[in-house]
Amino acid sequence: MDWPALWLSLQLGGLTVLLLMPAALFAGRALAYRHFRGKSLVEALLAVPLVLPPTVVGYYLLVGLGGKSLIGQCFERLSGHALAFHFSGLVVASIIVNIPFAVQPIQRGFEAISREVRDAAECCGMSFWRTLLTVELPLAWPGVLTGMVLTFAHTLGEFGVVLMVGGSIPGQTKTVAISIYDRVQAFDFDAAGRMSLLLLLFSVAVLASAAGLARRFGRRYGLPEL
Amino acid sequence: MSVRQRAPIRLDATLRCGHGQLLALVGPSGSGKSTLLRMIAGLSRPAAGRIVCSGSVWFDDEAGICLSPQQRRVGHVPQNYGLFPHMSALGNIMAGLHHLPREERRRCAETWLARVHLGAVGERRPAQLSGGEQQRVAIARALARDPAILLLDEPFSAVDRATRERLYLELAELRQQLSIPVVMVTHDLGEALMLADRMTLLADGRTLQSGTPREVMAQPVNEDAARQVGIRNVFDGEIVRHDAAAGLTWLRAGAHTLVCRQRSEFAPGSRVRWVIPDGGVRLRSAVHDNLAQRANRLDVRVRSMLTLGDEAQLAIAMDGIDAPLHTRIPARLVAQLGLAPGTVTTVVLLQDALHLLGGNV
Repeated sequence: MDWPALWLSLQLGGLTVLLLMPAALFAGRALAYRHFRGKSLVEALLAVPLVLPPTVVGYYLLVGLGGKSLIGQCFERLSGHALAFHFSGLVVASIIVNIPFAVQPIQRGFEAISREVRDAAECCGMSFWRTLLTVELPLAWPGVLTGMVLTFAHTLGEFGVVLMVGGSIPGQTKTVAISIYDRVQAFDFDAAGRMSLLLLLFSVAVLASAAGLARRFGRRYGLPEL
Repeated sequence: MSVRQRAPIRLDATLRCGHGQLLALVGPSGSGKSTLLRMIAGLSRPAAGRIVCSGSVWFDDEAGICLSPQQRRVGHVPQNYGLFPHMSALGNIMAGLHHLPREERRRCAETWLARVHLGAVGERRPAQLSGGEQQRVAIARALARDPAILLLDEPFSAVDRATRERLYLELAELRQQLSIPVVMVTHDLGEALMLADRMTLLADGRTLQSGTPREVMAQPVNEDAARQVGIRNVFDGEIVRHDAAAGLTWLRAGAHTLVCRQRSEFAPGSRVRWVIPDGGVRLRSAVHDNLAQRANRLDVRVRSMLTLGDEAQLAIAMDGIDAPLHTRIPARLVAQLGLAPGTVTTVVLLQDALHLLGGNV
């Protein structure tokens, strides 16, 4: 078992969830409640990472974040190191790739709150923040939880984008998915099998727990299932 | 309230409701009833107009005033009550009381729960309450904030018949204790007649007619209003003369000459549309001529008859008039009166119920 790679994957997953969630919350809420011109286009753009091959997404991120790009140069000037082939680049890439996994369940979570309930909050004199914290978030939390779990689990399993943007630098960009690939290349099927089984069990356990919690919550409050 | 807009829903409506009055907004689906209610609450913004409540201007497009729902102090009970499903009944009421100190909040919520006879179920969540209980929690939540107006959007549509009957009584009782205007959206004329002091008919976002429910139902201003209050008998006629001494107007309809309450705004010879509700048609009794000496006595023929449950619906042909005269009678009377399609009988159109459309009601 490649423990440093697993630890790096967990760190990457945790950081991606932490940094992506606040933005995903507001984006998901806005997409659920606001009607604006070009909304379909925005939704399509956010969903692009779901349908494009990871290598294509990885290529564009490598070009966009690399040393020759404006973002890459600015980051290098500020931090002293490049984004590409560095853990920070991996975090940025992971956030971008996971946008649909975070935003879409959160959007569905907010959409499941009836308009009457939101209107009632306004007529009860609640401010935007009070409504968000005491009414919307508690009711949308199955969606928020699903978004968090999907983002974390997907980050752990991400391969193509990580390889393109980060390469396979041990302790720096070599995640557990890359490590499995390396083990297979080295014909070490035992180690690859152990790590694959661990990832599989972890993913199934986390997804099943999230789905179970969301269902229990829905039944408890008589809400429609997401 | 007076609002106008072209999109997304065409509106041109004026509403007025006094303190302690209950105004029923009646109209078919899509007539803009709920939209008007949302505009009063500040949940939707009209393109133009003015909304004033107890002297304070809530919306005025010319003056650039548009208060938020939070600033308006509105008690709003939506169709499905809009209760917060994750909070208890008590929590729902307390959610609207953040302007009060914490201890007072709970005391006030408990008082309101007791007022709507739900003191024992304060800790239950909405999913654990019946439809009627949910409605009472929603009304308590709306009133606990001491609102300037109470808005009820089809308050009885989501409960069964027995609960509805009970809630009518509770609302009527509660109303007597309220000194604020209450606006209730409904499509049920019976509810409006039973509970409302005033009624406004809406169609396609336009105000058709306002008045007391009895006035509106007995004296619709035009054909749209007549159809909305369920009047099916709409006919053409011509004014013959007015009798100022008797306070009557005579009109010709087909081969018949009819009389109604004087409407001197129509000149003799002018064409008019007239209506009579089903209940304004009396059939001759089987045993004695109960219609002798009555005005508007017509010999007619039963064109068709349909029995629905305890009631028989008759379509009656009148000489010289194409459209049938509709009326309903208890099904048991059909045999007693010897009625069948083709039967010739006599009817009277009650002169107080016969109403001329248009003009100054």
